[in-house]
Amino acid sequence: MPKHLIDPNKWIDLYSDYLFNYTISRVNDRDLSKDLVQDTFFAGLKSMKNFKGEASERTWLISILKRKIIDYYRKINSNKGKAEVRMSYNSDVETEGDWLEERVADPFDKNAESVIENEELGDAIYSCLDKLPAKQATIFKMKTIEGIDTETICNELNITASNLWVIIHRARTTMASCMEKNWF
Amino acid sequence: MNTEINISKACEKANHVCDKSQYKEASILEKIKLTIHLAFCRACRNYSKNNKKLSVTIEKAKVDCMHKDEKDALKENLTQAIKEHQN
Repeated sequence: MPKHLIDPNKWIDLYSDYLFNYTISRVNDRDLSKDLVQDTFFAGLKSMKNFKGEASERTWLISILKRKIIDYYRKINSNKGKAEVRMSYNSDVETEGDWLEERVADPFDKNAESVIENEELGDAIYSCLDKLPAKQATIFKMKTIEGIDTETICNELNITASNLWVIIHRARTTMASCMEKNWF
Repeated sequence: MNTEINISKACEKANHVCDKSQYKEASILEKIKLTIHLAFCRACRNYSKNNKKLSVTIEKAKVDCMHKDEKDALKENLTQAIKEHQN
C-alpha cells in the first residue's frame, strides 16, 4: 500500500506556486518558468504509474522539475557552443587569447553565494507557507507577494477588510515563528 | 480588571497598525500612536520587530508566485491533458 496517493486535479492549487518560485529563482524568466512548470505537470501526468508513493507528491514533482531545468540549461549551452567567438579588443600581450568573459568584472553586489542563499531562502519561505491553512496562505500570498491592494482582495474573495487583517495577522504570526525556527 | 481589558485592546490595535504599516497602509497619526505605544510595551515591541524582520526577509528573497489568470490558463491546459490521458 503506497503511503502517498496521487491526484493531478489538485496539483495546481497545491504546488504551482512553489514550483514556479523554485523555477524562476533559477532561470530568471517568467514565461520560461511557466512553460517549465507546465511541462513538469505534463511529464508527471504521463509517468503517473511510475509513482511509487514512497516520496510525497511534491518531492516527486520537484525531482521532475529539476530534470527539466537541467535539460533547459543543456539546450541553451549547446546553442551557445556553436557561436563561440574569441574577441580581442586590446592588443595587450598578457591578456591575448583570453575569453571575453574573463575581462568582465564580477558584479559587486551579486555573487554566487548570495544567489544560492536567495534560492534557499525562497524555498524556506514556501515551505513555511505550506504550513499555513489554505485560506491564510492564499490571502498572504496575494497581499505580500503579489502586492494586490486590500480592496481588490476583499472584493475578489468576498470578505470584509477587518476580516482580511485578522487573517493577515494570523498568517504573519505563524510565518514569523516558522521562519524563526527554520531560517534565522 | 477594566484596565487589563484596555491594555489588551491597545495592544491589539497596535499590532493591527503594525501589520498595516508593513504594507504601507498606515496613516501618519496611526504610526505616531504606534511609536508611543511601543515605547512602553515590550510585547508589542517584540511583535513589531519580528514582523518587520519577516517583511524584510520576504522582500530580500524576491519570491514570486503565479498570478490568478496564469494559474487558470495552466489549469485549463492540465485538465485537458488529464482528460486525454484517461481516454
